[in-house]
Amino acid sequence: MRPSRAYAGRGMADSIDKLQMSITKRYGGKVVLDHFPLEVGGREFVTFLGPSGCGKSTALGIIAGLVPPSDGEIHLNGRRIDDVSPEKRGFGMVFQNYALFPHLTVFGNVAFGLSLQKRPSAEIEQRVRDMLGLVRLAGYEDRYPGQLSGGQQQRVAIARALELHPRLMLFDEPLSNLDAKLRVEMRAEIKQLHAQLGLTSIYVTHDQAEALSLSDRIVVLREGVLMQVGTPQEIHDRPKNVFVADFMGFRNFLDVTLGKEAGGMIDAGFKGQILQARARDSFRPGEHAVLAIRPEDVRLGKSGDGVNVLRGKVELVEYLGREQEAEIALNGDARLWVRSHEKLVLGEMLDLTLPADKFVLLRRE
Amino acid sequence: MARIRSDSRSELDLVAILCLAPSLLYVLAMFVYPFLYGIYISLQPKKRDAGIFSNYVAFFNDAYQYNTIKTTFMLALPTTVAVVLVALFLAYGMRRGIWFERTITTILVLPISLGVVFLSEGILGFYGHNGWLNQLLLAAGLIQNPLELTHNSIGVTFSLFMQNFPFCFLMLLGYISGIDPSLESSARMLGAGPWTIFRRVMFPLIAPGLIIAFALVFVMSFAVFPSAVMVGQPAGSTRTISIAAYQQAFEQYDMSYASAIAVIMGLCQLAALVVIVLVRRRMTIATTMGVGKR
Amino acid sequence: MRGRMWKLAIYLFLLGFILNLLGIVTHVVVSSFAKRWFGKPLPPAFTTDWFTYAWREFELSHVLFITLFIALAVVFIALAIGFPAAYVLARRNFNAKPVLLLLYFLPLLIPQMTYGIPLATTLYGFGVGGTVIGVILAVLVPMVPLAVFILLPFFEQISLNLEWSAQMLGASRLQIFRRILLPLMLPGILTAGLLVLVNTISNFELAFLLAGGGSQTLIVALYYNVFAGGVRPVYSIDAMAVIYMCTVMAVLLVALRFVRPTQMVFRLDGRRN
Repeated sequence: MRPSRAYAGRGMADSIDKLQMSITKRYGGKVVLDHFPLEVGGREFVTFLGPSGCGKSTALGIIAGLVPPSDGEIHLNGRRIDDVSPEKRGFGMVFQNYALFPHLTVFGNVAFGLSLQKRPSAEIEQRVRDMLGLVRLAGYEDRYPGQLSGGQQQRVAIARALELHPRLMLFDEPLSNLDAKLRVEMRAEIKQLHAQLGLTSIYVTHDQAEALSLSDRIVVLREGVLMQVGTPQEIHDRPKNVFVADFMGFRNFLDVTLGKEAGGMIDAGFKGQILQARARDSFRPGEHAVLAIRPEDVRLGKSGDGVNVLRGKVELVEYLGREQEAEIALNGDARLWVRSHEKLVLGEMLDLTLPADKFVLLRRE
Repeated sequence: MARIRSDSRSELDLVAILCLAPSLLYVLAMFVYPFLYGIYISLQPKKRDAGIFSNYVAFFNDAYQYNTIKTTFMLALPTTVAVVLVALFLAYGMRRGIWFERTITTILVLPISLGVVFLSEGILGFYGHNGWLNQLLLAAGLIQNPLELTHNSIGVTFSLFMQNFPFCFLMLLGYISGIDPSLESSARMLGAGPWTIFRRVMFPLIAPGLIIAFALVFVMSFAVFPSAVMVGQPAGSTRTISIAAYQQAFEQYDMSYASAIAVIMGLCQLAALVVIVLVRRRMTIATTMGVGKR
Repeated sequence: MRGRMWKLAIYLFLLGFILNLLGIVTHVVVSSFAKRWFGKPLPPAFTTDWFTYAWREFELSHVLFITLFIALAVVFIALAIGFPAAYVLARRNFNAKPVLLLLYFLPLLIPQMTYGIPLATTLYGFGVGGTVIGVILAVLVPMVPLAVFILLPFFEQISLNLEWSAQMLGASRLQIFRRILLPLMLPGILTAGLLVLVNTISNFELAFLLAGGGSQTLIVALYYNVFAGGVRPVYSIDAMAVIYMCTVMAVLLVALRFVRPTQMVFRLDGRRN
């Protein structure tokens, strides 16, 4: 009994209009995904980003159909698919550990899906060779997975999934087993394939650099709850809560009490000092809030108008190559991280300016 | 078609149940049922008017019968101790590899393929009254009279040893080589000598596996049958409880009594296991306290 | 230095064991070729007559046939019903799993003599006592769990992701079984089959309890002939024992042609060495 693949053979990446879902998943008593909502449009590259255990791989497994949801539904182009078994959904999946069939050659692996469809061998031969050429593995047909390097295995896994022209590609942390340099190279290859073949992709990772460079949209997850959805820009520059800000590199979080608002700026009381920040809707005077700022946005020295200047002592210096990142102890137990091209000396007293427009005002949690 | 599930608390879908059913039903029908049936018929003695426990009463009233427990125990215990000690000695010594390891392991395991009857025949021939060993020792003048090593409990012990040793050895070898070698190395770095290492580091770690091996070998030895007949004295000093059960079943055709004896044998084995588990508990407490705060 | 003494002791023991084994085996073999032998280190004359005698008198062709038939039947059935069970036990988790594992383990843990008597009683009650069917049914009781427990770790070695990726590529359950599971489980199947085969041939207690006139396996027939009223000369018994040993060796050799464990393992380095 062959699974029906109505779209098979029709051009690359038969597009989907919309994948929509809201799913809940429980393991025993623990809620692993809490009403996780998602909408993916055709040709989009969406990334699930979050620390381990946040439920992103589970979500992917549910989309694939390998893991049944406890609650909720998934709709593809308006039709409900949660009761369709994975082999009939027409999605491609690339696993973190590649999951190549050890007893088949590279050719056998990539041809597997086609051979299940009982296609003529001439056609299979042609298509597999084309695909291997596309992932730059021409000539490797007769090797076994065990004879390939990590990066090569990953490309075979990708080729194998793409071979069936899936309407949706699912990537489950495909690069986390590779070393840093290879990761950057493979990242670019995935991005190129996605664009070249007009794919729709959902990508899971804990690496924010990957997420930022690959995605059209990023979905940030924490313990099964959606923390923020947005473009890479939005996630990077305007995180909506402390978790996302922390994840995206805002290393400084100042507990403040909000004062009066005037001309688009709001006063923020921090340890006896008044700092100025851009006002935001829904933040009222008297509220406790958090001001977040990136280490690289903190300036050394006093600003011209003396606004937002803090003073502190250098406690720790990390050498990062072109820059240094230093931990500054402010009065009391507050700490500030600064990144600078200039040389910083342990024990030095510094003036630091925190530009008002680089602050992000966040709810205290 | 059912999905391959991997999450919910119970992952038993229809396919899983179908997969388990044949073998599970087989074990239930051919093991659990006969077992329970055996207990049931043991309580239905052949003599119509006798009480339901009369088989058991008869057994414990007849010295010829209840002495088999002691006989079997006196056979099984020394054998088990010998097997386990020798296997421990060898396995511990071979834990870091030894010359021709694979050949030696094969040779040690060979007796399994010989089968109990061949082994017994060979023991009779080699260790018998007129066997090669006696001939050799007599010719060399080391003994005056032939050693009686067969048709007694010594012969049976020997046969049991050769049958049970390979299994016990393999078990312990696997278990001991599974212990992280860096534990030993760190103990040496801390100044411990080989005996101290064994006593205070390795033995506590090996103990659980040792206990299991001891329990399994003892239980297997307690059920000894063909060896007791062939190289022992089935009518006398090596009349084991399984012989008693067999005789009731196939010579006296009293299935009820035979089943009762089988039940008693099972209970003895169970009692031994319980004792072993209790000893293990004691040992764990002792070693934890002896080693002191980790 | 201490270590060296220890090593010496080990080698001595091994030597003793090997000599012991050699002595036992050789004695039986020599005796089987002896014309007549009593009290001397070696028999005065040799002959192969005892083998023909044994073959004829003990109906060895029939016995061998029965033995192999039973052994192959047990292997086939044990693998057939043990394979799916081992798969489920390896892959799935459920509340009753520890109980089930214990249940499967009991026939291996409890000595065959202990449950053999009630089992024989039951089978005799069903009228299959003393028949080939009866022997097969009895020997299967410990062999099915054996097959399950040998196959289990082989299944656990096959990552679930392999089945999942096959599913994502469109494979149905049957296709996953045929094209992924079966080839990767081949070493496990062969190992389990071999161990069940050897254990069945050398099984004594259960085969003995369920044996009837025409359903004796080789080892049971051997045992009976030892006690056949002393009419049988010991040399013919030993000849039969040698035939038994050769049978097992032959089976092992044949099986090892197909089951060199390192040969059939598809390690991730993909090489078939």
